[in-house]
Amino acid sequence: MNLTTNYLGLKLRTPLVPSSSPLSEDIDNLKRMEDAGAAAVVLHSLFEEQVRHETHTLHHHLTHGTESYAEALTYFPEAGEFTFRPERYVAHLAKAKAALGIPIIASLNCTSFGSWTAVSKDLEKAGADAIELNIYSIPTDPDIGTEEIETNYVTIVAAVKAQVKIPVAVKLGPFFTNFAHFARRLDLQRVDGLVLFNRFYQPDISLESLEVAPTILLSAPMETRLPLRWIAILHGRIRASLAATSGIHRGTDALKMLMVGADVTMLCSVLLRRGIPQIAVIEQEMREWMEQHEYQSVEQLKGSLSQKNCPDPAAFERALYMRALAIDRTILPSP
Amino acid sequence: MSERAFKTLDANEAVAWVAYALNEVIAIYPITPATPMGEWADQWAAAGVKNLLGTVPAVVEMQSEGGAAGAIHGALQTGALATTFTASQGLLLMLPNMFKIAGELTPFVMHVAARSLAAQALSIFGDHSDVMAARMTGFAMLCSASVQEAQDFALIAQAATLESRIPFLHFFDGFRTSHEIAKIETLDEDALRAMLDEQRIAEHRARALSPDHPVLRGTAQNPDVYFQARETVNPFYAACPQIVQRMMDRFARVTGRQYRLVEYHGAPDADRVTVLMGSACETAHETVDFLVARGQKVGVLKVRLYRPFDVRAFMAAMPETVRSIAVLDRTKEPGAAGEPLYLDCVNAAHESGRGGVRIVGGRYGLSSKEVTPAMLKAVFDNLAQPEPRNHFTVGIRDDVCGTSLDCDDAFTVEPDDVFRAVFYGLGADGTVGANKDSIKIIGENTGHYAQGYFVYDSKKSGSMTVSHLRFGPRSIRSAYLILRANFIGCHQSLFLERFDVLERAAPGATLLLNTSTPLDRVWERLPESMQRGIIEKGLRLFVIDANAVARASGMVGRINTIMQVCFFSVSGVLPHEEAIAAIKGSIRKTYGKKGEAIVQMNLAAVDETLSHLYEVEVPTTVGSDVALRPAVAKEAPPFVRDVLGAMIGGRGDLLPVSALPCDGTYPTDTARWEKRNLAAAVPVWDADICIQCMKCAMVCPHSVIRGKAYEPALLTGAPGTFKFHDARLPEWNGLKFTLQVAVEDCTGCAICVDVCPVRNKSEARLRAINMQPQPPLRESERANWDFFCAIPDMDRRHISTEHVRQQQVQRPLFEFSGACAGCGETPYLKLLSQLFGDRLLVANATGCSSIYGGNLPTTPWAKDANGRGPAWSNSLFEDNAEFGLGFRVSLDKQREFAAELLQRLAPQLGGEIASQILTARQQDEADIFDQRERVAELKRQLAPLDDPVARRLLPLADTLVRKSVWIVGGDGWAYDIGFGGLDHVLASGRNVKVLVLDTEVYSNTGGQMSKSTPRAAVAKFAAGGKRVAKKDLGLMAMTYGHVYVAAVAMGARDEHTLRAFIEAESYDGPALIIAYSHCIAHGIDLTTGMQNQKAAVQCGQWLLYRHDPRRTERGENPLQLDSGAPHKPVRDYLRLENRFRMLEHSHPDEVAALHEQAQHDADARFALYQYLAARPAAATKP
Repeated sequence: MNLTTNYLGLKLRTPLVPSSSPLSEDIDNLKRMEDAGAAAVVLHSLFEEQVRHETHTLHHHLTHGTESYAEALTYFPEAGEFTFRPERYVAHLAKAKAALGIPIIASLNCTSFGSWTAVSKDLEKAGADAIELNIYSIPTDPDIGTEEIETNYVTIVAAVKAQVKIPVAVKLGPFFTNFAHFARRLDLQRVDGLVLFNRFYQPDISLESLEVAPTILLSAPMETRLPLRWIAILHGRIRASLAATSGIHRGTDALKMLMVGADVTMLCSVLLRRGIPQIAVIEQEMREWMEQHEYQSVEQLKGSLSQKNCPDPAAFERALYMRALAIDRTILPSP
Repeated sequence: MSERAFKTLDANEAVAWVAYALNEVIAIYPITPATPMGEWADQWAAAGVKNLLGTVPAVVEMQSEGGAAGAIHGALQTGALATTFTASQGLLLMLPNMFKIAGELTPFVMHVAARSLAAQALSIFGDHSDVMAARMTGFAMLCSASVQEAQDFALIAQAATLESRIPFLHFFDGFRTSHEIAKIETLDEDALRAMLDEQRIAEHRARALSPDHPVLRGTAQNPDVYFQARETVNPFYAACPQIVQRMMDRFARVTGRQYRLVEYHGAPDADRVTVLMGSACETAHETVDFLVARGQKVGVLKVRLYRPFDVRAFMAAMPETVRSIAVLDRTKEPGAAGEPLYLDCVNAAHESGRGGVRIVGGRYGLSSKEVTPAMLKAVFDNLAQPEPRNHFTVGIRDDVCGTSLDCDDAFTVEPDDVFRAVFYGLGADGTVGANKDSIKIIGENTGHYAQGYFVYDSKKSGSMTVSHLRFGPRSIRSAYLILRANFIGCHQSLFLERFDVLERAAPGATLLLNTSTPLDRVWERLPESMQRGIIEKGLRLFVIDANAVARASGMVGRINTIMQVCFFSVSGVLPHEEAIAAIKGSIRKTYGKKGEAIVQMNLAAVDETLSHLYEVEVPTTVGSDVALRPAVAKEAPPFVRDVLGAMIGGRGDLLPVSALPCDGTYPTDTARWEKRNLAAAVPVWDADICIQCMKCAMVCPHSVIRGKAYEPALLTGAPGTFKFHDARLPEWNGLKFTLQVAVEDCTGCAICVDVCPVRNKSEARLRAINMQPQPPLRESERANWDFFCAIPDMDRRHISTEHVRQQQVQRPLFEFSGACAGCGETPYLKLLSQLFGDRLLVANATGCSSIYGGNLPTTPWAKDANGRGPAWSNSLFEDNAEFGLGFRVSLDKQREFAAELLQRLAPQLGGEIASQILTARQQDEADIFDQRERVAELKRQLAPLDDPVARRLLPLADTLVRKSVWIVGGDGWAYDIGFGGLDHVLASGRNVKVLVLDTEVYSNTGGQMSKSTPRAAVAKFAAGGKRVAKKDLGLMAMTYGHVYVAAVAMGARDEHTLRAFIEAESYDGPALIIAYSHCIAHGIDLTTGMQNQKAAVQCGQWLLYRHDPRRTERGENPLQLDSGAPHKPVRDYLRLENRFRMLEHSHPDEVAALHEQAQHDADARFALYQYLAARPAAATKP
């Protein structure tokens, strides 16, 4: 059985790729992922805000209260050199690269291009096989329109593409007026892959403390529906690779994504919940299903149920909504 | 000769560099103003910088200066080249070893930033009191007068000590030289090598203790030989001056700078000469030049090598024409025939057969008192008198003994080609840093010489800094503050109504003002006196809203870069383009390592600045409704108003001798008169939603939040804006309750808001106390505060102290201190003062708490309505436990004696009063109240008795009322320098209470590691993170069995803290409370400091416990572990604080291992305490 796939121009043993998560902060975890059969790995994200916050915080605390009082003109020793997250991230990448044989995809999480130029180059130099740009933007300014928001994304992608020769994927949220149109804009910028979709961490509130409580909810399999639809729609219409992420917990989830057109399927919540060895379990489930259903390879089934190839293209559009409502009525309790 | 290279730096750095280059072992201990020398050495060693011999010196921080001296002695004895840096009390602690080191003829140089000794008061500032106390140790003493000399003499001293075997004390004036930034010619490695004779180093090593060629040193000698043996060293001392001169000559060949043991400057045919040492030599030099140019025959004799005092060199340097000499000593030796240098000079003249020259002596410059050309001129004028005054003082007005010389304050010698700028800034705004940078820009980018000197406030919050910058074509000798400035920068408009910022402005000067007032209203918002000054002096006025530019650039509050750009633009000291390029270059250099974002933020500010800078057209007439505010209210007590008020208003230099107490005794209850109005925003109470829990009052570091419950009738006459609500406590049913804020005393830290547990139900961002801008509230809240204060305090007998919400209505007798905004220590002191303040004596170790508690002008220690309150004193840093024990022993003895006398008098006294007094319980407020009543009655009965026993008892009678002795200090004291004494005091079993305000670092001297510093914390002297675990002081104390010990963290559980204080006080024996105190040196947002305390407890980094020996008597385990099992990883806590987090930036590869060890420390300690607390009671008996 041939599970190989091609993502961002990288030939992968299987379509199972752990996505960006805190698990990859530890080299031992990365090794465990490789051992469990991960075909590639996306490193944890380097967050633009964290970098900015880190430098400002350090600067603030190193200067706060200084040169005010004669006996204590400073409160901390002067360090010769400081390293910040980008340097540490690059060093971590280099270590991972040395320890692993599978491709490693670096992840930059940003809302603006800022100072990522140098970082992108450093990541490439340190051996990153690709870069995933996680553009996490929640526009709240009522004066900023759709065009400006989308242009910002495109600018970031273009700027990073201009800096590096390695492939660049972009991880996006689904909240665009016309996602297909926007995906094509990015495709025209020669982005190498789209990762669909970013699960924005949604805030919660605490009824006890009356504060916003940013708790993280892990994904559930039902969340596959949104990326499933859009991957199905985009498959064959854009040049870029497609990665499915959100809610992929079992082999069948992964197979569905591949069948609607994904080149790879990203795993995160399932690994946080069930552990890294679950990669091997999912692969086994895929193999079993494919055997049972007499598929020879991933390439064979990839996109077989995309909008372009499926027997009922309208099902991925509004018609499906109407049909779904009709189904829903059947499950309503009798009056 | 080496090529000339220049650098702009201060003497501490210059000296430390030479000392570092020439030594292998450096033992240090922080003490102002020498601390930076040790910090530099530690920093270079941490960075792996090698010394001249090619090895990285071993830098070791000791537990005290005594320890540093011992370690140095040991290092020298075993053949290392060793050095240390110290000052003042630190030097005193080194004296015993200095005698030994000198007696053993050991090559060694110590560098001293000379500072006042604590006498009637401590002072951190500069004079020669400390070094003069060391003059009989046998050390050679070499004095530098400037930053250049300090660097050069550090090298000359090292060369001379190796050659002569006499140890050297190299000293220079604390602050004036140690902290002055100046452009100097640097020494390169070739120069150092040329001065260092490696053969002498080999000889030093050959004399070292070694089992390979064993010797015995440090013998005990008997009357038969000690005397002769003491005389054996004479030839070495006799040779020493010539050796020093030879080294000075060698130095001249190497560098081109020639020095002499005693150096004369002035008219060759001078008839009047002044003799002095230290930085004032430079001012005298400048003054002499001025006077000689005007035909006066005067000169100055600068003494470089003070010990061994070379009479021949001294007299050889003195012109033959001299008829009268004024010797100036920067020290005071009460009761002596004269000060030390004076006596040496008298002796020199006498022994040289020049007894006919008239010699007078005078004192000057104690504690960095200014020494100006006008004062030097007064000294020369005195010598011109037929009968010059002897034993005079200069620089003060002595109206008690009339010793002071009159000075012509208008006299100035500053040349016109020196540009002089004075800047007034707030500590937090970056003014000093920007000015240091400007000096470097000019010093290193132009041929000009530059000098910077900085004057700091003694307050730790809202402190004013004054920067004095000079730039000129020649080396700058003016070792005094600028008197006539060409440029005045006022970086905070709040100073305008508090100080005369034009005081130092020269006619035609430029004034740059940072203000948010709109341009068209700037003039009318200036105080009238200032408007007049601007017009009369013909000043140009420029304004900028630097805070707005800073905000737009993301640099909230930091206006340094902006004001620096304005200075260069307006002053024209550098061509504009060149200045901007230099500033930008400096920004990249300074901030580059802190990340590109910081660089860009500052560069953006530079680009934004000039378009916001405007010149204001100065009208020809004045007109303003703004007036200078009086320093204190006119209704203040006369001493506060006239004496302390002068200090507050910056006019303390003008106070005459008679104005000051002769024995260092000052009134308490004075901080309340110093309305500082620091806070931009202050807490405002929402009476409707407040649950009256009083947590805000509990944590308020400056005691500005007060609560009272009172009878409704007392509201009569309340101001219209006065807030109140029905008291919510059932016990206070029917009473009204008010939470009042002293907005003029608040520092705006907002820690009260952070701990408020209440949320507004309609607008959850609001709590029951919220920050609002202060200025609109100032007037109304001042009236409300006055009204609130007039409401009587609740009767202490009726306040239950078991719970914070009631206890906190006790009046704080510690208020409005000068501590940092958001200080973590002061809430504990306030609590202490509330609980026991009316019967409290505090022995306070030197440190933060002694500074915000006892640094003039005012003190936060206050009095209650009956005039009772804490009596406070500071002895030293190292002896505080013993000092407090002395209080206890003394009070107990007097009480015992009083009881004996009372028993003898009992038959003569009415009723049962004697037995009632003698058997009184005195456990709670009611008991103590009753005892006070009884003692008052006793005193009434004693007064008319004509009986010697009664007369003896009367002054002792008050000791029959319970007194509480608390020994207070920081961890530097308790864990390090004072630990031996503390241990002894706890072991004594006496009824003393010890409160350790544990910030886990030397806070007052700027964040040096103590033994309390936890593993993985970055601190000075632990730049790579502390590698060993925090010392467990509480556990050590518990091993005695009889000591009450508690570890508390108010932010974690305030009622636990409260309970521990009450239990400690009630225990009839020694008690130790170790109080976690968050601190600015932790690199945290102090607003949320209480959250950090909580986090420390939640992860087990800090345990809450109480060890009460009384429980053993009840058959219980004495230890109660009050923290639950840690439920968060230590790492989560470490990430909250820059002291831990910084390691990720500076030593990223070592973070994980250190964090893991820190987790292990916490786990192991919790397990141990859990085990100890769970043991059967029988197993815990000592």
